Amino acid sequence: MNRSPYITDAPTVSTIMLKVLLALVPGIFAYAWIYGGGILVTITLATITALIAEAALLKIRQRPIKPHLMDLSAVVTAWLLALALPPLAPWWLVVIGVFFAIVIAKQLYGGLGYNPFNPAMVGYAVLLISFPLIMTRWPAPLALAGHPLGFMDQLHFIFSNVLPNDVKVDAITSATPLDYLKTQLKLNQEVAGITQAPMFGNFGAQGGEVVTGAYLLGGLYLIQQRIISWHLPTAFLAALASISLIFYAVNPAHFANPLFHLMSGASLLCAFFIITDPVSGPTTPRGKLYFAAGAGLLTYIIRVYGGYPDGVAFAVLLMNMCVPLIDTLTQPRVFGHEK
Amino acid sequence: MNAIINFFKTKAGVHPPEHKAESTQLPIATLPLPSKLVLPLRQHIGNMPKILVSVGDTVLKGQLLATPECAVSAAIHAPTSGTIAAISEEVIPHPSGLPDLCITLIPDGKETWAPLSALDWHNTPKQELVASLCKSGIVGFGGATFPTHIKLRSNGKSNVHTLIINAAECEPYITCDDMLMREYADEIIKGIEIAQHLLGASKSIIGIEDNKPQAITAMQAACAGKPITVSIVPTLYPSGDARQLIRLVSGLEIPHNKRATEMGVQVFNVATVRAIYRYVSLGEPAISRIVTVTGNVQTPQNFEVLFGTPLPELIKAAGGAKAATTHYIMGGPMMGFDLPSEQVPITKAANCIIAAAPNLFAAPPPAMPCIRCARCADACPVNLQPQELYWFSKSDNFEKARDYNLFDCIECGCCTYVCPSDIPLVQYYRYAKSEIIAIDKAKEAADLARERNDFRLARIEREKLERAQKHAERAEAGRVQAEKTVNNDALGANIHAGAGDAQKPDADVAKAAKQAAIAAAIERAKATKAALAASGEAPKNTEPANVSIQQEIAEIDARRQSVGLEKPVIEKPEVGNADAEKQAKIAAAIARAKAAKAAAEANKSSE
Repeated sequence: MNRSPYITDAPTVSTIMLKVLLALVPGIFAYAWIYGGGILVTITLATITALIAEAALLKIRQRPIKPHLMDLSAVVTAWLLALALPPLAPWWLVVIGVFFAIVIAKQLYGGLGYNPFNPAMVGYAVLLISFPLIMTRWPAPLALAGHPLGFMDQLHFIFSNVLPNDVKVDAITSATPLDYLKTQLKLNQEVAGITQAPMFGNFGAQGGEVVTGAYLLGGLYLIQQRIISWHLPTAFLAALASISLIFYAVNPAHFANPLFHLMSGASLLCAFFIITDPVSGPTTPRGKLYFAAGAGLLTYIIRVYGGYPDGVAFAVLLMNMCVPLIDTLTQPRVFGHEK
Repeated sequence: MNAIINFFKTKAGVHPPEHKAESTQLPIATLPLPSKLVLPLRQHIGNMPKILVSVGDTVLKGQLLATPECAVSAAIHAPTSGTIAAISEEVIPHPSGLPDLCITLIPDGKETWAPLSALDWHNTPKQELVASLCKSGIVGFGGATFPTHIKLRSNGKSNVHTLIINAAECEPYITCDDMLMREYADEIIKGIEIAQHLLGASKSIIGIEDNKPQAITAMQAACAGKPITVSIVPTLYPSGDARQLIRLVSGLEIPHNKRATEMGVQVFNVATVRAIYRYVSLGEPAISRIVTVTGNVQTPQNFEVLFGTPLPELIKAAGGAKAATTHYIMGGPMMGFDLPSEQVPITKAANCIIAAAPNLFAAPPPAMPCIRCARCADACPVNLQPQELYWFSKSDNFEKARDYNLFDCIECGCCTYVCPSDIPLVQYYRYAKSEIIAIDKAKEAADLARERNDFRLARIEREKLERAQKHAERAEAGRVQAEKTVNNDALGANIHAGAGDAQKPDADVAKAAKQAAIAAAIERAKATKAALAASGEAPKNTEPANVSIQQEIAEIDARRQSVGLEKPVIEKPEVGNADAEKQAKIAAAIARAKAAKAAAEANKSSE
């Protein structure tokens, strides 16, 4: 029997997923530094939930459990969802989100490789629609908070929703810059004035932009390691920057500048870690450009005109729907064939 | 800058560990004469040649043992002098593991050459040279084993301007071409000159991967001052694929539906041109080749091996297999295959034998689901979408697989090599290809059968018509005769009466026609009787036969008498009876037809 090739190069699904997790580490550290150690609790909780849900579903589906837990894809989903949630999200929110992501969006569609939608974004969208209040209530960065919470306080708050005696929820939370910008614009404020608020940093959100920068670092590592291709982040960021530049150029009083959009919200997390999910994304190089550019444009449109402050999750899910079409229409020229 | 370019660049192909150094430490060695040689008759792509010897014959070294009977076939020669011990089915080095017809030769140890006839290629007509090469036994020694003489035939249509010599040797482990170039550069160049002359090409390009500096130096030195250049290509598997190499060295991308020769390019393996030189200029047919023996053996090395040499003798020459050797692979680790047995002979296709062991080639881990990472698409040298092809092949969606150009897949194995899920992609494509070919064949067979059946039905119909026509003619003749004789108006009257009323429904017309027919038959019978009576001839045993038949009989009798034959005795008077009945029926049918026609015409005119 002819079973060549007999050799294969090293990376496996597990190593790819491991490198993605590794690339997220700088972002997580920055996150913990800016918002406190609560994120570590959230991530741990999400990971455990994801592994239990994955194992349970694999057992029900009579699939081998160990190799699929070892592929670490469930852990990647868990981490991405945890990082997308507001810090200090209550434990049940994390569990519900991860459960939806793993059970509904991934395993019920056939498990790894078969999910048409990005599981983390499905989990996020479900939470955003079901619990909009909690999902848009972000704690202020520690540096800005009137009463910065210690790690134990955060842990306590996540699991029991109880704050130290002298602290009110309003004192530690605020709207996100994207949210704040949107509401203030509706009150006929001008962008220049709005961004004077302390929650705004040099480019995006005060503190948040540090986390974003850390994601960029991890993303570049992934490209260098050839885990992701440059097409996706480049097209996503270029599209987001272009459309915001056009709007900004037309009316700078009403539209934030491109840099703000790039450095705010989940832009960079999305560019390097969300839209780069291979399973729910396109496979052709040209398709990747269209997919990512579409996600970038939709993100901007939802941010500016949609009902939610950030549009990343919906933009990605909408583009996921287009993947089969994109792939079909962007087949590259085969060697020796006409265009 | 390079770092930035590399950051973005995705290049097709892969670069697996080369493992070429192991077998290039020692020069090419010659194997001691084996104890027996087993020569498969099919060592090439194409038809089996015709055997010229029988068991017990004594043959000389280089003697023709089997000759090609058609173009796509290749000759087999005796690699040494000796005796034909058997012509039987033996295990051959083929992935199928199926035995094939082989000639077994027991060497006599004398190595007596058959008379060799070298040719002066400068002064020999091309056609004669090619005709001679037809019996050279030379095939593509790169592994494709396509009979070389076919590729050298210039049928006037092709206009080859460039000869490309494939010396890329891109697969890991294999070094036979590398060593050949190091040691026989001049023979190769001479072979290139002959091939270039035969093809009428103006230039030749030798494509060598840059991981063979010694071979490059040797070839560059040998081709100095000749219209032959060495093109150094980057080491990137599968640069040795003919179409890939053509693009690498000439920039020409051969369209998928065209042959390279249609674009003015011909490709030969470096060992093939050397064999051309040795055959044309020295008269030596193809009886040996250089084989790399490597992998889990004591001393990996290249050997000049006579075709038919049993594998164990070759392994012994390489110091024997090390412990833990599980089996042998023929070819490289990317496209080779497991040998079905250790007891196979070395054939024209055997460029490399690798002793496999678990530490060299680990068993692949169980396949994981495809995560659509498209690493395979990045690696594919043909720019296919292997992940889509996998999906279609797996779900038996063969039409889709074909649409996505499955048949452009060269099975190089790059996709499987890079797959993080360890999916045996190439196997899926081989499966899908063979299924599609089988389906196509079945469809072709069904089409042919349908065509044949349609033809058969048409023939039956035609024969029926012909028969009816013949009978009708004869009946008509009979009727005319009868009418003439008796001058009976009743028949005509009856028919006209039946057909006259155009308004009558069909059933009535048919009824009238029937009656007319019956009347006609009766009248005819009467007429016959009357005629017989009138002729006064004694009724023969053909009495009931009608006039026309009697006339026929009379004619036959006359003819017979004229040639001095006696009157035949009609043995079966019933035949005559039956004939008369038949004639009556046919006459009735004609009458019916006439009636119907008349009715129809009447109908038409009344409308």
